[in-house]
Amino acid sequence: MEEFEPRIIAFLCHWCTYTGADLAGTTRQQYPPNIRIIHMMCSGAVDSIYVLKALIDGADGVLIGGCHPGDCHYQTGNYKARRRVAILKEILNQIGFTEERIWLRWISASEGKLFADTVTQMVEELKKLGPNPLQKLWVA
Amino acid sequence: MSKGGILEVKNNDPIETLRVFFRDLLEKEVVEVLLIPKKLPSGDGYCQTLIRDPEMLVDVNPLAPTLPVQSARIISHLTITDPGRKVGAVLKSCEIRAVIELVKFLQVKLDRLILIGVDCMGTYEPSDYAKMSRKKGEGVSITVGLLKGAREGKIESQDGYDLRLACQICEYPNPRNADIAIGLFGYDPQREIFIQLRDQLASELAEKGILAISEEESASRDQVIERLIEERIKRRDEVFDAFRSGTKNLQDFMDALSTCIRCHNCMVACPICYCKECVFRTPTLEHKADQFLRWADRKGGVRMPTDTLLFHLIRLSHMVTSCIGCGLCDSACPNALPVATLFRVIGQRVQGMFDYTPGRSVDEEPPVATFREDELQTESGSF
Repeated sequence: MEEFEPRIIAFLCHWCTYTGADLAGTTRQQYPPNIRIIHMMCSGAVDSIYVLKALIDGADGVLIGGCHPGDCHYQTGNYKARRRVAILKEILNQIGFTEERIWLRWISASEGKLFADTVTQMVEELKKLGPNPLQKLWVA
Repeated sequence: MSKGGILEVKNNDPIETLRVFFRDLLEKEVVEVLLIPKKLPSGDGYCQTLIRDPEMLVDVNPLAPTLPVQSARIISHLTITDPGRKVGAVLKSCEIRAVIELVKFLQVKLDRLILIGVDCMGTYEPSDYAKMSRKKGEGVSITVGLLKGAREGKIESQDGYDLRLACQICEYPNPRNADIAIGLFGYDPQREIFIQLRDQLASELAEKGILAISEEESASRDQVIERLIEERIKRRDEVFDAFRSGTKNLQDFMDALSTCIRCHNCMVACPICYCKECVFRTPTLEHKADQFLRWADRKGGVRMPTDTLLFHLIRLSHMVTSCIGCGLCDSACPNALPVATLFRVIGQRVQGMFDYTPGRSVDEEPPVATFREDELQTESGSF
């Protein structure tokens, strides 16, 4: 049987993590190709709608990347994202859907290596978790 | 600080006595218009009615034990643009708490609003109330029946009809944040009703000869309310425990909501879901035919309409922090899904994360509208 390859949807902020991902590319960092990046202006613009939609439609993991606390281009977007993710994780915990599929990470524009390492690590962890059970459910 | 006075009940008729009290408020211009439950001509129930002419106060019942709609939404319509007059609104505790939440979301302005809260015995489903009313005939006997328990705080169901589950587990039988509070607990409503007032209103009502301020409060009132709240919390915890043990894993949770047809009734009934442009009414989550067919290809088949789980999870993530537990979503559900219990159970923990009690104070910022720099930190700096 083919090895399970998780699919990750990543919402990356324009000013930090997206640029960090760019740097990972230009500096030829190697990381697994399991990630589909959606370019956002700010992690604070990631509504839980999109995270949930991705997970319910079968994504194995969702990565939200933003600027480090204190560094948000819009001052406070990442703090708001942090609360939103905390609320979402608590809700998912309570309904028995593992919150470990959602990762929020602060990765700056200069941290290309951290971006590559994060994706590598996330793919490893998701492989341990196995496929998202919602992927095959016809009633979800 | 607040002051109070006793309203002497005439002819053992608390409803008529309160009607006279409200007529005074209108005629002496303490309020210029009054929103108050008034009996429908059919007798099947009550509806909030915006009354200008005191003659229209016939058949009003501020203590009506039904909650057909959440008045917080009405209050939003009445105050979001300046009404230009003093609006008095007779509301139950859950409605006032919803108003407080909507103030924080800039959907209600308190400037010209006088919140008149009533001690609430609980409410019946509108359909149950209609059946009871048809059996018992005209009059206020259903309300009076419930009021018998006010003095001791022991509320009993009548004629085999239970109060709505949300009311059975409500920890807020008496209103807070009201400008005028109609107190029944700890009193014999056949004889007297306690009226609690904000300072300024107390002097106005005294000056206008509507109510003598006595500062006296029944010694047992606090205890009666406390005991009632304790009982409600006990019942609440039973309901919560049952829900939690029945929805331990994702499959059980989905089974509990499996008959959802995504009609959006719960969302429409919800006072907190205020967005004018709701994501469920935009093309954001609309799909083209080929998307549905791709799902069918991948899974072998797909339930239509899709996105029922998504609907509840999005609603939870958007407004569970402000859910005040009025339970109107339950009443609105055509398939009797435990939507209100779901929101209250999950809300308990999510609200607890931020030590937030919705409806408690206009000064507390809703968790989704604020943050603290030093919170939710983990070793890696993120989580």
